[in-house]
Amino acid sequence: MPHKVVPARTYVFTAITLLALTALTYAVALIDLGIWNTAVAVAIAAIKMTIVGLIFMHLLYTRGLPRIVVLAGAFWLALLIAFTVTDVFTRSWMAAPIPWSSSIGR
Amino acid sequence: MPTPDIGNAESAAMEPAARHAGLQEQFEDAGQQRSAAELGMWIFLATELLFFGGLFTLYIIYREIHFEEFKQGSHLLEAGFGLAMTALLVTSSFTMAMAVRSAQIGKRKPLVAFLLVTMLFGGAFLGLKFTEYHVKWTEQLVPGLRFSPGGERLQGARWQGVEMFMCFYFFMTGLHALHMIVGIGLLGVLAILSCKGRYTEGHFTPIENAGLYWHFVDIVWLFLFPLLYLVRGA
Repeated sequence: MPHKVVPARTYVFTAITLLALTALTYAVALIDLGIWNTAVAVAIAAIKMTIVGLIFMHLLYTRGLPRIVVLAGAFWLALLIAFTVTDVFTRSWMAAPIPWSSSIGR
Repeated sequence: MPTPDIGNAESAAMEPAARHAGLQEQFEDAGQQRSAAELGMWIFLATELLFFGGLFTLYIIYREIHFEEFKQGSHLLEAGFGLAMTALLVTSSFTMAMAVRSAQIGKRKPLVAFLLVTMLFGGAFLGLKFTEYHVKWTEQLVPGLRFSPGGERLQGARWQGVEMFMCFYFFMTGLHALHMIVGIGLLGVLAILSCKGRYTEGHFTPIENAGLYWHFVDIVWLFLFPLLYLVRGA
């Protein structure tokens, strides 16, 4: 199943979009949105990831198994994060680690 | 009715030869080999996702614990550096995609050129990265080895949390930089082989898979950039 040859202008347009979104990430970070800064930044990064995956990595033109592998990877990552985070944040004994050698400010 | 001659049948099966030199014997045809290699690459990338995912999970936990200190830590990094590196890496992903395209349409010179340009952008990224590491070393911001931040920027900071942030900075960008070094080496080998015309005769799976790897490493950085450089609060 040979891959479709994507027109060069699609790649150029994709690259420009990604660079624009990079500038947007930077610009948004200069505005104080409180805790929403991180949410917006991660959302933009997720959009960029999707664009890279679909076009540069050809997921838009590939059917079947690779797509399933991507979903499986995302699912296991979600499990890893969700279960670790819920565990840690619902216990009270989690202490900050004793750091290494620096002696300032203690 | 002649009894089927097993020997002949076998050689007949092998015959419709025109078997490409790059086609391994366990595969029926080039398409099957290609699909298998592509699937294998995606599975490898899924394991890489979990490899980096562990660090991102820890980042979430420690950022919650040391929320203010991570902000102060982020102020120690130059956001402009991060922005420039992101731009370089995104552009390198574009040239990598163009390299794969050149292989698809069987154009040797553009393929080699795009591979070299991709390596150049990747190298520039690493150059900036190591310059930044050097700056952090001179500013005494390397946890465990040389960590004694001074100056007014961090007045009143709780150092433990800031040190933790710098630890994440070095481990996450370090693992990423390691992947970049591997990627550049890989592209170097492919560029040499491409020069000899290896991938412009219909068999270019290694180019495609190197491209997938390169784009994946790019994606990791797309998340590292905001989470390390831009969590400073306005």
